[in-house]
Amino acid sequence: MATRPAAFLLRLTSHPAARHRLLGAEEGAGEGGEVSSGSAPGAAAASPWGRGRAPAAPTAPFGRTFDRMLGFLKNPVVVTAEINVNLVVLTVMGLISRLWGLSYPRAVVFDEVYYGQFVSLYMKRIFFVDDSGPPFGHMLLALGGYLGGFDGNFLWNRIGAEYSMNVPVWSLRLLPALAGALCIPLAYQILVELQFSHCAALGGALLILLENSLITQSRFMLLESILIFFILLAVLSYLKFYNLQRHSSFSASWWVWLLLTGVACSCAVGVKYMGLFTYMLLLAIAGLHFWHMLGNQNLSNVSLLCHFLARGLALIIIPMAMYLSFFYVHLTLLYRSGPHDQIMTSAFQASLEGGLARITQGQPLEVAYGSQITLRNVLGKPMQCWLHSHTNTYPIRYENGRGSSHQQQVTCYPFKDVNNWWIVKDPGMQQLVVSNPPRPVRHGHIVQLVHGITTRYLNTHDVAAPLSPHSQEVSCYIDYNVSMPAQNLWRVEIVNRESDTDVWKTILSEVRFVHVNTSAVLKLSGASLPEWGYRQLEVVGEKLSKGYHQSMVWNVEEHRYGKSQEQKEREVELHSPTQMDISKNLSFMAKFTELQWKMLTLKNEDTEHKYSSSALDWITMDTNIAYWLHPTSGAQIHLLGNALTWASANVAAVVYVCLSLWYLVRRRRKIYDIPEDAWQLWVLAGEICVGGWAVNYLPFFLMEKTLFLYHYLPALTFQILLIPIVLQHLSNYLCRSLLPKTMFRALIVAWFSSVYLVYSTFSPVTYGEPSLSVAELKDLRWKDSWNILIRKQ
Amino acid sequence: MPPPGGGRAGQGPLRSRGSRRPPGPPPPPRAASPSPASLAARPPAGPAGSRSVLALVTLLSFASRFHRLPEPPHVCWDETHFGKMGSYYINRTFFFDVHPPLGKMLIGLAGYLSGYDGTFPFQKPGDRYEQHNYMGMRGFCAFLGSCLVPFAYLTVLELSKSLPAALLTACILIFDTGCITLSQYILLDPILMFFLMGAVLSMVKCNACADRPFSASWWFWLSLTGVNLAGAMGVKFVGLFVVLFVGLNTICDLWDLLGNLSLSLVMFGKHLLARVLCLILLPLALYTTMFAVHFTVLNKSGPGDGFFSSAFQSQLIGNNLHNVSVPEHLAYGSVITMKNLRMAGGYLHSHWHLYPEGVGARQQQVTAYLHKDLNNLWIIKKHDSDTDLSDPSSPVEFVSHGDIIRLEHKETSRNLHSHQHEAPLTRKHFQVTGYGINGTGDSNDFWRIEVVGRKPGKLIKVLRSQVRLTHVATGCLLGSSGKTLPKWGWEQVEVTCTPYLKDTPNSLWNFEDHINPKLPNISLDVLKPSFAEILLESHMVMIRGNSGLKPKDNEVTSKPWHWPINYQGLRFSGVNETDYRVYLLGNPVVWWLNLFTIGLYLLTAVSTAVALKRGVQLSSELKELSRVVLHGGGQIALGWLLHYLPFFMMGRVLYFHHYFPAMLFSSMLTGITWDTLLKFFAGFLSPSTAARRVYGGGILALVLLIMYSFYLFHPLSYGMIGPMASDPSSPMAGLRWMDSWEF
Repeated sequence: MATRPAAFLLRLTSHPAARHRLLGAEEGAGEGGEVSSGSAPGAAAASPWGRGRAPAAPTAPFGRTFDRMLGFLKNPVVVTAEINVNLVVLTVMGLISRLWGLSYPRAVVFDEVYYGQFVSLYMKRIFFVDDSGPPFGHMLLALGGYLGGFDGNFLWNRIGAEYSMNVPVWSLRLLPALAGALCIPLAYQILVELQFSHCAALGGALLILLENSLITQSRFMLLESILIFFILLAVLSYLKFYNLQRHSSFSASWWVWLLLTGVACSCAVGVKYMGLFTYMLLLAIAGLHFWHMLGNQNLSNVSLLCHFLARGLALIIIPMAMYLSFFYVHLTLLYRSGPHDQIMTSAFQASLEGGLARITQGQPLEVAYGSQITLRNVLGKPMQCWLHSHTNTYPIRYENGRGSSHQQQVTCYPFKDVNNWWIVKDPGMQQLVVSNPPRPVRHGHIVQLVHGITTRYLNTHDVAAPLSPHSQEVSCYIDYNVSMPAQNLWRVEIVNRESDTDVWKTILSEVRFVHVNTSAVLKLSGASLPEWGYRQLEVVGEKLSKGYHQSMVWNVEEHRYGKSQEQKEREVELHSPTQMDISKNLSFMAKFTELQWKMLTLKNEDTEHKYSSSALDWITMDTNIAYWLHPTSGAQIHLLGNALTWASANVAAVVYVCLSLWYLVRRRRKIYDIPEDAWQLWVLAGEICVGGWAVNYLPFFLMEKTLFLYHYLPALTFQILLIPIVLQHLSNYLCRSLLPKTMFRALIVAWFSSVYLVYSTFSPVTYGEPSLSVAELKDLRWKDSWNILIRKQ
Repeated sequence: MPPPGGGRAGQGPLRSRGSRRPPGPPPPPRAASPSPASLAARPPAGPAGSRSVLALVTLLSFASRFHRLPEPPHVCWDETHFGKMGSYYINRTFFFDVHPPLGKMLIGLAGYLSGYDGTFPFQKPGDRYEQHNYMGMRGFCAFLGSCLVPFAYLTVLELSKSLPAALLTACILIFDTGCITLSQYILLDPILMFFLMGAVLSMVKCNACADRPFSASWWFWLSLTGVNLAGAMGVKFVGLFVVLFVGLNTICDLWDLLGNLSLSLVMFGKHLLARVLCLILLPLALYTTMFAVHFTVLNKSGPGDGFFSSAFQSQLIGNNLHNVSVPEHLAYGSVITMKNLRMAGGYLHSHWHLYPEGVGARQQQVTAYLHKDLNNLWIIKKHDSDTDLSDPSSPVEFVSHGDIIRLEHKETSRNLHSHQHEAPLTRKHFQVTGYGINGTGDSNDFWRIEVVGRKPGKLIKVLRSQVRLTHVATGCLLGSSGKTLPKWGWEQVEVTCTPYLKDTPNSLWNFEDHINPKLPNISLDVLKPSFAEILLESHMVMIRGNSGLKPKDNEVTSKPWHWPINYQGLRFSGVNETDYRVYLLGNPVVWWLNLFTIGLYLLTAVSTAVALKRGVQLSSELKELSRVVLHGGGQIALGWLLHYLPFFMMGRVLYFHHYFPAMLFSSMLTGITWDTLLKFFAGFLSPSTAARRVYGGGILALVLLIMYSFYLFHPLSYGMIGPMASDPSSPMAGLRWMDSWEF
């Protein structure tokens, strides 16, 4: 080990290219001590991405490494910090642009109204379901609220509402803003790792810095900037890992970057499902790189296997574990019952504090003959409801002229009611109480269901149901003596049974009732009855039951053992609350599976929004979103991009694709326009940037959900990174002589200044201040399709 | 024939270059070892042999499809649609369907040629055919369905060069109950699959001619591919997948040619042009012709009129727009009807009834109504003056783009009105009502009329102009949400004023009837849409119709993952015990074998590819085998993926029978994979006779297994009568292996 004085090396280099050379020389020397990120206060933000690489000999045997690890015992600890001033400056500028005046406006801006509710619910530990994405992003936002001391007491009901004093606006918005600011140094590093010049990297980072839409999206309590941060982090870590791969496989930093790739991917997926696209892209690229490794005959089979396993662990196993852990934390944090309980099954609800748990606490577990139960439909759509009956009968004739049995109505009722109680009766016996010891009902047993209040039997027969004429009517039987016999035997089939002798359990068992005479299945049709049925939901006997559907499955929610044989006593009993004691706990995996499934299948009805757009509008930025409008002055915030950057990014993508096709065809004919290594770099840059753009954009054409301009931002970020890549390539390989090169540079400078000009033109609607006059606003409306809010005089 | 073997036991054909085996004797020369593919190297049976097997296979295929074809003599399942549509062609009545016309045209043609007169109504499944001649149509479908087997046989033979592989594939398809059932009725699927397999076969044949490009047979197969592509696309839009399949193959092909430096660029250009001609231009021309025939044949008004625009309807004999003449430009004082542009959108309608209590303001209802009615008539008036424009002496004033107008309902003299009450069903929209007495209302009756894509000041044309009406006071757009109102609204369609300013067909209207005595009438033929417009419109309507087939809530639908595991079939005919029951379900043995083979193939292909990538030295027979696995098998596996995966992304209602095209590919893959694997493993056995015996025995065992399972399950397609399978006395007792099967 070379001895060096404990020194703090700070290299200030003004010219990036010179710096690059310098660094190269440093690496070539290969003798420095362990480079660790510095304790320098100013460098903290920049140094983790500094180009500090352990310049170890690539094939250092383990013993030597160990020796070196113990080296600090012999020699003084040497801390060498290298600070890339470019990075520091970029980071500082990023922080300024994203954090400046962060708590303005002190009002709810756009989707804050949506995410805010969840932050409040986290603060109050109340359970909720949000189908827009996994919980990690919400939790990060909530972390901001937690650090700011938010108590969750704010009514998130309207965009533009003023925040009350207890809302720590600054800290709520801090995390997204930080993430947005850190995207700038990340972009710089990605371009450097793609082996492009520092000049190009600086240009790319500046474009991100001056992108109005990214600034707007970072400055509020929204998830996109966090998502983009994790996406870029994942890409950067993969590139670092890939570059280390060549000379130092399985070194410590190799592992760090590999693992960081997996972790960042899972974080991106955890913030929004959109992160999956980039994750898939990186998996594909990693697979492709591994495939190339397979062709390398110098590597032994064993080392290839090790490589494969390491990648599998870091890129598949760890992300999955991380994803699960997000849900674990989510479910641990939220233990109180809340507004979305009804979406979940009874078993899940019972695991939450308050709500159903309070009612079901202490119920007997096994349903026995004589049990008094309420039956909830498992589907929960269009709303949760319980099997219900009341003294009213079906009208003799419906409006359309069809006839009914005129027997007592059976419906599904969305509210708790004493008429929801049913008694399980053994057909062979008269008694309606539980014997001692209780005789449990098992899968396949035949039962009768007696309506508690009216003591009529649940019945179905070959009469068309009121609204679903292809199914049978379900009624509570009244004997009119019209040769319509009672058909009230039902077979209990436990759907989620483990064996055929399973006992019917409260809450846990999902049960189908199959009618013995007609083999119809008791089903919630989903239609709501007309006036005569009090708009309750229709229940039918489905004759042609095709397989499993949740609308045919019921579970016992409230349950007690019936004690009173007399009708009067029983009514009193039915009105009284249930008691007794047992507790049911769902395992984490069961809860996770259910929650995940519900999140993926939950459908939101309303799909119209004033600012929704189609994916095609995004490329040309034909649409904008008004985020906020000052109630009196004309100050407003819009999601509007830097039009010049968007256009240039499109041009860059087109140029990239055309050039690549050209090269590809020419190479196929064995004509090599650019050197092989330049071609490899060009391809890798394309895989990352064009690939990143494509996977984050094209899938939206297949989606049917409501789309907004901000969905395009991750794709846009990748597309912007492509601009410096294409520019540098053009300048390197197409401008061969000096004159065009100079002209090209001048053009770039001019173009850059126009980008800045556009940025500053739109910055009033990006930051929301200063407020503009009507004429100025009208001037900003560069496209007719933009919706800039102009107050009527 | 391979030389008699004298090989060493235990010496596998695989030899890794990097393996650390002690340097032994050099590997025996290839001729000395009974390598696995020596079985393949043996010409399986000369062309005569393969031809006689082909004849046998074809015979069996026809026999299995035509057996009990007339049974049951009533309408089964979707025959009610496609049979009816065949009749429409015979009667030349215009109808609408979500699929392109070729399949139904062919059914109609088959019916026509076989003497069916198009009089049977095909009302619902179960209707008896009685004296009507339905055998022509069924026979036609069965004929095309039977051709699938020889096609698959030839394809596999071409790809694997192995007769047993082809035989295995043919067996699978002959003895699959699902394929038989699907071929026996008047359906689009046999026609679709015929063209699909035809395209695959001709593509494979064309690839085999690659060594003599531009020869007669090369041109023949290439253009036949194009014809079949057009056919597949013309029957159903899923034909697009096979177009994609052929397209990918062609791109690879061209890429290879491009890399061949001995080929001059001029030659490459010729190759490219030939493919553009045969695979793009030819199919496009055929496809367009198909539609031209479709629109020429169907020239009478029928049930499909309402799906199409007014301009289109004017072309149909018997439609009330046919041969009428109306004034061309809209003027103040004109009496008009307005039609919503959404598919099957109604006419703007109002009637004396009021919105009920609690639904917005209690004013007169405005709805969209699908039928022609006097209550659909509205009068265009100026917003600011109420002069009687019917006075013949007053000058004609035309309505132009951007004018502010008032629409007065002719029967009730109320104005079209909107205000900031929520609409009855779509809560985010505003309510639209009829308001005012005898044409006097308030400023909420003013609407700005605008034509899509037109400059201010231009006149507005009847039928051709797409118009939006903007409510002046609130800025919302008049639109029809497509939701049906409850009883109080006579189950007509809701009309709202939408604050979301987007040009969707929901908020666009056109003028259909136009009465103004002061203007000269012109014949609508002037407005006749061009063929290109008709073609575009019919495609828009078909695509919208397809995406409109959404499953309802609480409805059990088939999911794509059900299909390969044969989870659930479709009832073709009969429910009760006494009925003649036919149930579309694949032969479970065949389907599970296919499913298992897909996994097996994946494993084989990956290990082969890795071995090649690692530079493992292979004997030439093994090289041939690996080529079959990676190239031939790869093509077929790609076909399976292309015909299966897209269904996972479709939002429309899916049915079990959508899997059958993919199932064809899967069966071919099974043939190739098992043949290759058996050859490979038999190759490890030392005497070549034993190897051949194992190989032949394996193939034979598979064939016998398939035949036996067909013997068990054949009543599924040829009809079951008697008790259900759950009853032990039924012939199908014990065969209901999955609870989800309903027979």
